[in-house]
Amino acid sequence: MSSTNYVGKPVSRVDGYAKVTGQARYAVEHHVPNLLYGFIVNSAIAKGSVTTLDTSEALKVPGVVQVFTHKNTPSLAWFDRSYKDQDSVPGSPFRPLHSEKIRFSMQPIALVVAETFELARYASTLLKIEYKEESSSTNLSESLPQAHEAPKGKEGYMPPKSRGHAKKAFSAAPVKIQAEYIHGAEHHNPMEMHGSMAIYEKGGKLLVYDKTQGVANTQEYVKKVFGLSKDDVRVLSPYVGGAFGSGLRPQYQLFMAVLAALELKQSVKVSLTRQQMFSFGHRPKSLQRLALSAASDGTLQSIEHTCYSETSRFEDYTEVVVNWSGLLYQCANVELDYQLVKLDVYTPIDMRAPGAVTGIYALECAMDELAVALNIDPLDLRLRNYAPEDQNEKKPFSSKELRACYLQGAEKFGWNKRNKEPRSMREGNQLVGWGMASASWDAQQQKCAAKALLTPDGKLTVSSGTADIGTGTYTIMTQIAAETLGLPIEQVEFKLGDSSLPEAPLEGGSWTAVSVGSAVKATCEEVGQKLLKLAKKKKDSPLANAGAEDVVFENGYIILKKDPAAAVSILDIIRDEREDIEVESAAMPGMIDKLKYSFHSHSAVFAEVKVDEDLGTIHVTRVVSAIAGGRVLNPKTARSQILGAVVWGISMALQEDSVIDHNFGRFMNHNYAEYHVPVNADIQNIEVIFVEEEDDIINPLGAKGLGEIGIVGVAGAIANAVYHATGKRIRKLPIQLDNVLSEP
Amino acid sequence: MSNTVQEKTTLAAQPLAEPLPVHLRINGEDHRLQLRPWVSLLDALREYIGYTGTKKGCDHGQCGACTVLVDGVRINACMTLAVMRDGQEITTIEGLANGDKLHPLQAAFVEHDAFQCGYCTPGQICSAVGLIKEGRAKTRDDIRELMSGNICRCGAYTNIVDAIESVTGGTI
Amino acid sequence: MNPFTYSRPTDVPAAVQDVATHAEAKFIAGGTNLLDLMKENVMKPHHLVDISRLALNKIEENGKGGLRLGALVTNAATAYHPEVEKRYPLLSKAILAGASPQLRNMATDGGNLLQRTRCYYFYDVATPCNKREPGSGCSAIKGYNRIHAILGASEQCIATHPSDMCIALAALNATVLVTSKRGDRSIPFAEFHRLPGDTPQLDNTLEPDEIITAIDLPEKGFAENHTYLKIRDRASYAFALVSVAAALELEGNTIREARIALGGVAHKPWRNEAAEASLAGKPATKENFQQVAGMIISGAKGYEHNQFKIELAKRAIVRALSQAAKLI
Repeated sequence: MSSTNYVGKPVSRVDGYAKVTGQARYAVEHHVPNLLYGFIVNSAIAKGSVTTLDTSEALKVPGVVQVFTHKNTPSLAWFDRSYKDQDSVPGSPFRPLHSEKIRFSMQPIALVVAETFELARYASTLLKIEYKEESSSTNLSESLPQAHEAPKGKEGYMPPKSRGHAKKAFSAAPVKIQAEYIHGAEHHNPMEMHGSMAIYEKGGKLLVYDKTQGVANTQEYVKKVFGLSKDDVRVLSPYVGGAFGSGLRPQYQLFMAVLAALELKQSVKVSLTRQQMFSFGHRPKSLQRLALSAASDGTLQSIEHTCYSETSRFEDYTEVVVNWSGLLYQCANVELDYQLVKLDVYTPIDMRAPGAVTGIYALECAMDELAVALNIDPLDLRLRNYAPEDQNEKKPFSSKELRACYLQGAEKFGWNKRNKEPRSMREGNQLVGWGMASASWDAQQQKCAAKALLTPDGKLTVSSGTADIGTGTYTIMTQIAAETLGLPIEQVEFKLGDSSLPEAPLEGGSWTAVSVGSAVKATCEEVGQKLLKLAKKKKDSPLANAGAEDVVFENGYIILKKDPAAAVSILDIIRDEREDIEVESAAMPGMIDKLKYSFHSHSAVFAEVKVDEDLGTIHVTRVVSAIAGGRVLNPKTARSQILGAVVWGISMALQEDSVIDHNFGRFMNHNYAEYHVPVNADIQNIEVIFVEEEDDIINPLGAKGLGEIGIVGVAGAIANAVYHATGKRIRKLPIQLDNVLSEP
Repeated sequence: MSNTVQEKTTLAAQPLAEPLPVHLRINGEDHRLQLRPWVSLLDALREYIGYTGTKKGCDHGQCGACTVLVDGVRINACMTLAVMRDGQEITTIEGLANGDKLHPLQAAFVEHDAFQCGYCTPGQICSAVGLIKEGRAKTRDDIRELMSGNICRCGAYTNIVDAIESVTGGTI
Repeated sequence: MNPFTYSRPTDVPAAVQDVATHAEAKFIAGGTNLLDLMKENVMKPHHLVDISRLALNKIEENGKGGLRLGALVTNAATAYHPEVEKRYPLLSKAILAGASPQLRNMATDGGNLLQRTRCYYFYDVATPCNKREPGSGCSAIKGYNRIHAILGASEQCIATHPSDMCIALAALNATVLVTSKRGDRSIPFAEFHRLPGDTPQLDNTLEPDEIITAIDLPEKGFAENHTYLKIRDRASYAFALVSVAAALELEGNTIREARIALGGVAHKPWRNEAAEASLAGKPATKENFQQVAGMIISGAKGYEHNQFKIELAKRAIVRALSQAAKLI
């Protein structure tokens, strides 16, 4: 009999078959009769107002049903709070089609609805639009004088805490560096463009398919903005073609599809174009200043870290950028500052490891610069300043195996063969560089509910309103449920992406595996207790006197621990019962432990680059990523998470850059040909190590979540490798060949 | 400072073209349609016939998510008009498996975890079918280069190469 | 995308007739650039003449010692054609450096010549662009111009020509064969594409009613000593920042003839025949290559974001010639 101990095993994705056969249906792939198509028109200017919006020619096209603009959109919810969502930031959320005011380039200003996609797209070109343009400001560097302190208010955002006397320590220290780092804006650009279908049902109810990382978030938004009751809106999102944060907040195509469906009393689908994927939230451009000082033995004396990040005029987007500099290394004197700069752009939105990739990129480059100033090996410098506890919060870590990451990563990479001198390693006309960086990310858990249904045929269906954006949620939850009840995995199904299911938190922050997993485990354990109760009542039950702690659920049986021969078949129990067993339960993070401990995942990243010195081209030939992320629930999907995150890191380091032309306040490279993300040929060898990390404090699963930690250190490691290869310190991302050519 | 900006558009609605008969043979089945010439092959598949396995990732030939095989050759379905493919044989992701039995590449993609969100996957697999047929990939580097027309934003590239190599046995 | 009517003539005379009789008509073959631009409302033909099934899809001997590439042979079929691989490997390599396998399976040789610029402003109808909307102004000159031209640009336009294949064809001195109701004509490759001047809306010298029927390759293919070097922001599936097609005829170490065509730097494949001629009779050395690179780039002018291309182009020329001469 094969074991039902699935957790920790490399189970292939349970949604794999649907995805490789094309049967998995994403947001706008559902077929309903009398469907209308919406096509969105975006503003040509970045600031000002629409003075003319004449839709008459568009409406002349046969098959065009309606054009929605600020002029004919019915009055909707009045207060800002109705437009706020679970990932909102302080401020006043953007309301599509609300007024003539233009607040960012590519702001949606009209929705054309027609019988076919082609008609809607064509009619969108027939609108007569005139603007009164005002001068816009989109240049971060030039707007620093207008910076302001980031407000509290966004969940998860912690204002930075300083300690000691950093400036004093800095001036007294024998070795010091100061540097400024900058990185451009990036857009998530998941492969599936944002799209929504609002299916108009009998009685005016809506069934909404939305590309989202939270069906409850979408449902709540639609309900509040359009004044509907919860029963009137059901949101489905069984498959999400990537999101990386872009699906954390309801995007404007959702508003458009729902608006049109309610007004026209007909089903409507609206998908953004790839170009329009550059018209909303993005990773904010940031400018950071670092000052580090150390004793001559490398002991850190001070860390100063200031970040200026862009935000919109109407909301203050915050992320945790500088706090990491008070966390990652032992240091008594830390001064952290985080400032926002309002520009005429859309509000940024969380993008894979928001804040951490930004702050830790700069910190880890600065550490590399300090290592050079000290003439100490960069890895050695990190080890000398290892933080045994969280100094920001003055708490011990629930677990921290970063040292093992350093050592195992370095071993695998061959770090000890590194010649410390820049430009010392060559291969033909290529300069070879080796760089490394550390990384950290929060290991959080959120409250989550789940439901389990065991039917007399022995089939277990577990569900929760979470999402699987490619992270492996379907698979991991199936594993946890099957193992908890000792059932063969083929008999277990996990459902998600449905607002009628028990509520789950937004899929993000690397907390899904742990939050939903804990709820699934707790729920299945309750089913187990019911089964045990029934088993005990059976005639001559070998489990008659067994308590919950005396049995295990394995291989389809409830088995007495001290006498494995004493076992009752789960299928027999439920068959005899002839009724479903249904349980809904929830799991919460342990609040007391949360107060006592600091929960973080860590990693060490080692990267090799080859730089063509004449031409400036850079290739990342090797990356070793060593991860301390607690217990690995599925080594196959976990490895994929890290591989993908490393690709993201390479992309951030060398390619991604949403470039604004400040004359227009507009992102100009708004397509997949000019906004570069890596292609297959860019990606060479990536090795992933999961170091052993036991953690029985953090949660019952002992896991930490892996969606984000894998990207955090990569850009820093690559930037440091480029320095090691070339001797040029390029303090901006992406590092492109022109930077290599032009730096002295 | 303020000034008035007017978008330059052709502000008169033009007459629409009449639908034309289009015969597509998709995964061995005949489909006879009446389509206006402006319907792309991709939209014909997804919106007019219901084959949503073929994905729209950019609609501009910049990502490869819409890769299908036309008369056995891999192309971007977004960059051709359905009417131009009249009479041709089209294979989509829905046409690769033999009943419940997955095509070896489909099975290899599952086994090697060569996808995450799955949205680029049909295009990747159809592209790999074309790649093998073309017979030009002799090394792992060749596979990387000749699969570079398919962007995977989740970054499953190394697993995609592993999956393809497991089917080709290293060389093609 | 605006509405258009569609026809699929069965021979070249009918196609030429179709395009002449319909207003705002365009030929469509591979469609990989035209449909892209139509979806962005940059190009708005009212009628498409589908020529994809015309019998212009063969590669044959041209009777002059070279090959004739039918206009409708796909880029992939051209690059992988055994005679092209053997006699014109520079062309094969250039084609394979461009686009993706899927696009090369669709794009035709004739269509490749008609690819339009990747200038961001040309593609975005919300911004002024003289190429798209003559007289509206050039946004790139004072805008984000990292991918723009350093040679042969004008006050009206600094866009670059995007093709890789054309850079090789320029180096090979190919000839473009065209026909129309007025009869046949052949256009030397150097005269096919044009500089922007005051009419940047015109990419080339083809008349609107003319159809490309074939591309003639001269006998000399430089199969022995050639390089196509493409420098771009990612390893594949990206347009060139700078590319160089270098071809040498060597006698021992002495250069008899040199051809150097540049991509990504101008509104057309860029050649400087005087500079090339200066190499004749000289030994193939890095110093001589540096000298010719300096000559070719001497008139270059950079803008805010593309200054780097001047030095990069120089170095790329030296690298490409050094590789072609097998110095490295």
